Amino acid sequence: MAHVSRVLKSEWTKVRSVRSTLWTLVASVVVTVGLGAMICTLTQSEFSRMSTRSQLTFDPTYTAFAGMSLGQLAMIAFGVLVVSAEYGTGMIRSSLTAVPQRGTFLLCKVLVAGLLVLVVGMVTSFATFFLGQALLGDHGTNIGEPGVLRAVLGGGLYMTLIMLFSLGFTFVMRSPLLAFAILMPWFFLVANILGSVSATKKFAQYLPDQAGGTVMSVVPDSLDRPYGPWGGLLIMVAWTAVALLAGYVVLKKRDA
Amino acid sequence: MIELRGLTKRYGEKLAVDDLTFTVRPGVVTGFLGPNGAGKSTTMRMLLGLDSPTAGDVRIDGKHYDHLQEPLNHIGALLEAKSVHGGRSAYNHLLCLAQSNGIPDRRVDEVLEMVGLSAVARKRPKGFSLGMGQRLGIAGALLGDPQVLMFDEPVNGLDPEGIHWIRTLMLHLAREGRTIFVSSHLMSEMALTAEHLVVIGQGKLMADTSMAQFIRENSRTYVRVRSPEAERMREVFLAEGYQPVQGEDGALEIETVENGQAAARIGELAAREGLVLHELSTQRASLEEAFMRLTAETVEYHAHAENGAAPASPVPGANVPPGEGPAGPGHTPGVGPAPGAGPAPGTGWGEGWDDPQKGKGR
Repeated sequence: MAHVSRVLKSEWTKVRSVRSTLWTLVASVVVTVGLGAMICTLTQSEFSRMSTRSQLTFDPTYTAFAGMSLGQLAMIAFGVLVVSAEYGTGMIRSSLTAVPQRGTFLLCKVLVAGLLVLVVGMVTSFATFFLGQALLGDHGTNIGEPGVLRAVLGGGLYMTLIMLFSLGFTFVMRSPLLAFAILMPWFFLVANILGSVSATKKFAQYLPDQAGGTVMSVVPDSLDRPYGPWGGLLIMVAWTAVALLAGYVVLKKRDA
Repeated sequence: MIELRGLTKRYGEKLAVDDLTFTVRPGVVTGFLGPNGAGKSTTMRMLLGLDSPTAGDVRIDGKHYDHLQEPLNHIGALLEAKSVHGGRSAYNHLLCLAQSNGIPDRRVDEVLEMVGLSAVARKRPKGFSLGMGQRLGIAGALLGDPQVLMFDEPVNGLDPEGIHWIRTLMLHLAREGRTIFVSSHLMSEMALTAEHLVVIGQGKLMADTSMAQFIRENSRTYVRVRSPEAERMREVFLAEGYQPVQGEDGALEIETVENGQAAARIGELAAREGLVLHELSTQRASLEEAFMRLTAETVEYHAHAENGAAPASPVPGANVPPGEGPAGPGHTPGVGPAPGAGPAPGTGWGEGWDDPQKGKGR
């Protein structure tokens, strides 16, 4: 596997040598942690005025991850940029000339981006959890409570998966504009709306972000889903696998 | 060595590359010539495995491109289209390419030095001029110190200094015994660098021949004579077995095979017949014209002109593959329109090269 390790090294150089990709990662951390902290602060001050039902099903862990809904957009952007840095610039021709084995090329891209985002995502997830709990004060929870550690680890996995889904999707689209135009509104608005409207809820709960997000909840009753937290994450893994596979097929079949 | 066998690429209805078979031999500069849109870039992309052929096969050193484990060590390519991320420094661009092929980092500095970009190694190519971009592309091609180098329209858009630099580099690389395959749409450019010539038009192979032979077979030499007694002159020549063709200003043109002697013989003939001559000169069509003649029929994007007075027709038989005696000696230009020359011929690129009303005395 000498070849794979070389290509991994090369892909790592690519990721670290372009500003835009690095900035999206920074943005993701800042937004997720910052927004989570803000919402925890607000919740802390408003807690006494919340309805009894809301108080009973209050999920301090999930609340701390509130910033994820925006932070994930930066992760999606990262996934798109990693691919569009190739297609949007013509670099893809240099890359595939250097590594004509397209499967290896895609695999190494997925590994490098995936591992990098896994690390960043985990750091973000733990940071936002601990900061959130500190701000929630008495209403907070701690990492030792049942399900909490799973939720925090799940947060890091969620970010990695949504980035990989976008990466695969962009390999299918090949155009950064198209990928952004579809992914951003979809994950920011459409999926959330579909997930909240009762008519579409039944099917929307199987969408990648809606399903994957459950891994971050500790109080399952608050969500009311037919699958558990890990089940939800598994559905997201399936979506991601399909996106990457489709990306691979397009990369393999189409002219660069 | 690059071998193409029946290489074909079809985009929908259109055949971009049509059954190309030829070999690029090692140790010489092979020019790959064709008008814009002839399929040169597509051919080169298929060679690099970027595009997959509809049919046929292309191999480098006997292998398909995607079977090369470290392709940059076998073949280096400069593509016409930009293939660089504008936000990644020149050094890092080359570094990531080098790493993927197991090329040591210090080689990056070496090639940057070679192409004269050391000073801007840490700069982002976004701000590079066309010439600098071209140098960066060439640095990438040289990374693996490959035996085979391929350049797609390397001088396109460059200033004279850049053009000179690339020409010198190519000759230098060829002298080191490397295989050089370079495309161009300019015959004059090829004449300066290439030893061997592959000409394509609309994806089809038009010629695969040595440069010297191409020049021999395709440059049209003729003698131009002008006399106040035009009618008598024509009769005199016809009687001597010449085949004069009407040129402009009442001049006659006589196609010849030899260089120099023809004009002398025609002058002597005129003197013998007491014919007053106002002009007697040997004319030689440029290589550019020869190339245009070869590809005139296939030029895809004709600029259509209003006037249809002078049918600019491709010469029948000009399209004959090498070895079948292309239109050289004995061919009479401008004799009637070829079949199919429509009523509205253009005056676009490649047309009108044989138009008796134009292009003389160029």
